Amino acid sequence: MRALTRKLFRDLWRIRSQAAAIALVVGAGVAMYVLMLSAYASLGLTQDAYYEQHRFAHVFASLVRAPRSLEADLRALPGVRAVEARIVVDVTLDMPARTEPVSGRLISWPEAGRPRVNDVFLALGRLPEPGRDDEVLASRTFAVANGLGPGDAVAALINGRRRQLRIVGLALSPEYVYAIRPGELVADNARFGIFWMGQRALGAAYQMEGAFNDVALLFEPGASERDVLDGVDRLIEPYGGLGAIPRAQQLSHFFLQGELDQLDGMGRIVPIVFLSVAAFLINVVLTRLIAVEREQIAALKAVGYTNREVGTHYLQWSLLVALAGAVLGIGAGAWLGRGMTSIYTEFFTFPILEYRLPPVVIVQGLAVAVAAAIVGAVGAVRRVVQLPPAEAMRPEAPARYRVTWIERAGLRRWLSQPARMVLRHMTRHPGRAVMSTVAIALSGSLLVVGLFSLDSIEVLLDAQFYRAQRYDALVTFVHPRSASAELDLARFDGVRMVQGVRAVPIRLRAGSRTRYAQITGLETGPAALQQVLDGLDHVVTLPPEGLVMSRKLGELLGIATGDTVTLEVLEGARPVLVTTVSRLIEDFMGTNVYLSRDGLHRLMRESRVLSGAVVTIDPARADRVYDALRQTPAVAGVAVKAAMLQNFRDTLAETIGITRTIMIVFASIIAFGVVYNTARVALSERGRELATLRVIGLTRTEIARILFGEWAVVTVLAQPLGMLLGTGLAALLVRAFDTEVYRLPLIIAPRTYVFAMATVVLAAVVSGLVVRRRLDHLDLIAVLKTRE
Amino acid sequence: MSQVPDPLVFTVRGLTKVYHMGEVDVHALRGVDLDLPERQMTVLLGPSGSGKSTLVNILGGLDTPTRGTVWYRGDDLTHAGEGALTAFRRRRVGFVFQFYNLMPSLTALENVELATEIADDPMPAVEALARVDLSARLDHFPAQLSGGEQQRVAIARAIAKRPDVLLCDEPTGALDLATGVTVLQAILRANLDLGTTTLVITHNASIADVADRVVTMTDGRIATDRLNPARRDVSEIRW
Repeated sequence: MRALTRKLFRDLWRIRSQAAAIALVVGAGVAMYVLMLSAYASLGLTQDAYYEQHRFAHVFASLVRAPRSLEADLRALPGVRAVEARIVVDVTLDMPARTEPVSGRLISWPEAGRPRVNDVFLALGRLPEPGRDDEVLASRTFAVANGLGPGDAVAALINGRRRQLRIVGLALSPEYVYAIRPGELVADNARFGIFWMGQRALGAAYQMEGAFNDVALLFEPGASERDVLDGVDRLIEPYGGLGAIPRAQQLSHFFLQGELDQLDGMGRIVPIVFLSVAAFLINVVLTRLIAVEREQIAALKAVGYTNREVGTHYLQWSLLVALAGAVLGIGAGAWLGRGMTSIYTEFFTFPILEYRLPPVVIVQGLAVAVAAAIVGAVGAVRRVVQLPPAEAMRPEAPARYRVTWIERAGLRRWLSQPARMVLRHMTRHPGRAVMSTVAIALSGSLLVVGLFSLDSIEVLLDAQFYRAQRYDALVTFVHPRSASAELDLARFDGVRMVQGVRAVPIRLRAGSRTRYAQITGLETGPAALQQVLDGLDHVVTLPPEGLVMSRKLGELLGIATGDTVTLEVLEGARPVLVTTVSRLIEDFMGTNVYLSRDGLHRLMRESRVLSGAVVTIDPARADRVYDALRQTPAVAGVAVKAAMLQNFRDTLAETIGITRTIMIVFASIIAFGVVYNTARVALSERGRELATLRVIGLTRTEIARILFGEWAVVTVLAQPLGMLLGTGLAALLVRAFDTEVYRLPLIIAPRTYVFAMATVVLAAVVSGLVVRRRLDHLDLIAVLKTRE
Repeated sequence: MSQVPDPLVFTVRGLTKVYHMGEVDVHALRGVDLDLPERQMTVLLGPSGSGKSTLVNILGGLDTPTRGTVWYRGDDLTHAGEGALTAFRRRRVGFVFQFYNLMPSLTALENVELATEIADDPMPAVEALARVDLSARLDHFPAQLSGGEQQRVAIARAIAKRPDVLLCDEPTGALDLATGVTVLQAILRANLDLGTTTLVITHNASIADVADRVVTMTDGRIATDRLNPARRDVSEIRW
């Protein structure tokens, strides 16, 4: 090994704790990168393969009823490779073990062969045999959550008749990777099951022999999505078509893709924060190292080492530190990525979800670490190169200090001597003080960004489940019913209040833009069980005319309050009307359109027709109510608010602890790395000064105050900045989550700010204490004898 | 000693160096003319701030003059680029500094290897250290060596590359007498054994007698320049 290389390793070993602190910051950044991008790769590659192998549809459409002959017309559309016409119906299941009603979705299974589109993966058992009308495949997640398997039976209320479904196999479908019911926050695998049932049997039960009510299509390569969607809409329109939607809007895919986009986006942004801080720390430490080794640099140059050789020597130092960090980060990232992927298996259902760490991610992880090392080192190394050897031979000129503007402003006489030293030292390296402040602020901001969503969700739940939904359950009917259904429900033992709800599928047109939605007619007035909120707490009085709609829907259609829209009703006589938008509301789930119920009836030119009802229930008799609802043929589904809320909280609890821990550890690494390194550098620069003060008679605590005063000021200044940055980043994140399916309000609770600040301050104090130990062991004589 | 005048290693004409220190200009050299022949051992005397170090740094290619010219064996050093100066130092010059400038993280042997690894035709590092009587201390770190020993490591590092010129800036400045003598002996031996042209800066006049030639500087100019009729042995020095 060359002598210069040996010097490199020994120097590195000498300041190993500082190098380690920097390597940790690099490691944290690389770990984040590897974690998110390997999870992205694992999930993404699995998704691609699964979609491909099981022919996941590109376009989905529901309709009322069309003859099977239409399938050929759909198949003939340009750009369509395959069509699967199906019968899809939602039913209630009778699961004795569950108090709240459980819903099932029945999908027809072809009588011969397998589905051409949206094929399933058979996890256990066998496929239903043709002609065996009671045999079904059940979704594995539902079966597992309810302790069911092949051979078990589930009772379902199918078109008013109670039937036993015999499970012969457990299946997974690319259509239900995330099996969430519309209108819910998270998937509830115990209360929502998918079943595949023979086409003939299902068709017979719903008078759909030779007909279908749902279609899924697969594209030819290079097909135009727009053209296919239009073509499908045109063909299904006469059959009660409810509008074709592209894969991007399919719920399961939307959630999965949302997670992937988030991993990819965060995986590319978050590491930048860490690596910028690492570059800054490398700069600070290397600059000091070079100052300490001025005379060695001079000697190297005098001996005849070229500027390039000497510069490379110091660059290698930073590269070694960064690479050590990168290796650590790749290890930690792979470990965390594996953990994250295994958490995903609980949320997303794939036949197999293997953890994959693509070599390119490792290479990129190393590359970004190297880039940070070079960026951090370049300024310091340039100084080495530019240092004239003759000048390097002489000791560095005494640092220039100035009276600070704070002192000049008249505060001088109020400041103690140590306070003046702290101030002057900070203003001597203003860039460093500013960068340290920003770096510590970043650590605080990461915590805010990592944790604020809990506050938002909490407020959102409160608004959604308590202020907007003042009912206990939402009952939906199989078919629209007359107003007497309200009275029928009210007669159930235990039901306290009933309010009918009218919901009508519609297509909205504004200029060239169209959007499918549902218009909901609700009771109005203070007694209304379902309120419409604008924002978190402003109750909107629904007008009889003029639509109230989600701000997001207005954006998608490019319309504002007062604008007119064309409203095509996709039910009954399918009237087409022109109406106005009376108000855009800030809401957080789905794209909603509201009117008062009476207004909607008038618009539909119908008498009081109900699609469902919201009810309040006496808690003591809830079981009885749910039992009765289960037995009622007209009921297609019951959404129990308390169960939804509980399921959501359970899901959140599973993941939030891990997220919180990771955020705290990683943010603390930054705060620790910054304070520890900058304090060590300050100690090295000012050791002589501090030793002199000790000789003069200052106590250890007094000199510690001088050394740490600067870091106390920086840490304190960093707090408001960090909270501001965190709030800004959170706002960006909220904007990124502004989707058709869900949105988040920007709510950051005071406790989140307090927690973030406390964590950062704690990390700073701990690193200060570590340096303090060094300060206490300062060898006065040795320090004073050393030539500066 | 050869009777025929040796060819010149350095030819210096009108050398001027001005440092700009903030708002004041410091004239370190004010027009120095000097010829240094091959193999000569020259001592450069003078008080602090007389320009000795500046002159040596410029001769060694560590610094460049404001005006004037330095020729090294006919090559103009004053117009040489950074790369050429580095190559010049790498191949031709050995430096010894007052404060040794060793790498504290490298052993004595490794410090010498630092030079031998980049030289064209070096002597083995072990041999260089043997020439300064440090064969027993090869694996010691600078912190484990006395001041004199550290300076002898620095001399070994300088001579190991078999330099054409050995430039020593106050090599005994930080040392006591007895230690200083051993260091000077090492430098003299290098001059005699290897025939290296040697220039030693000191502000201690009693070293002068061991040299072929004594040059004194005051205020950036050469004040006196005389040849010693006979060199005294280093052990006779007292100061």
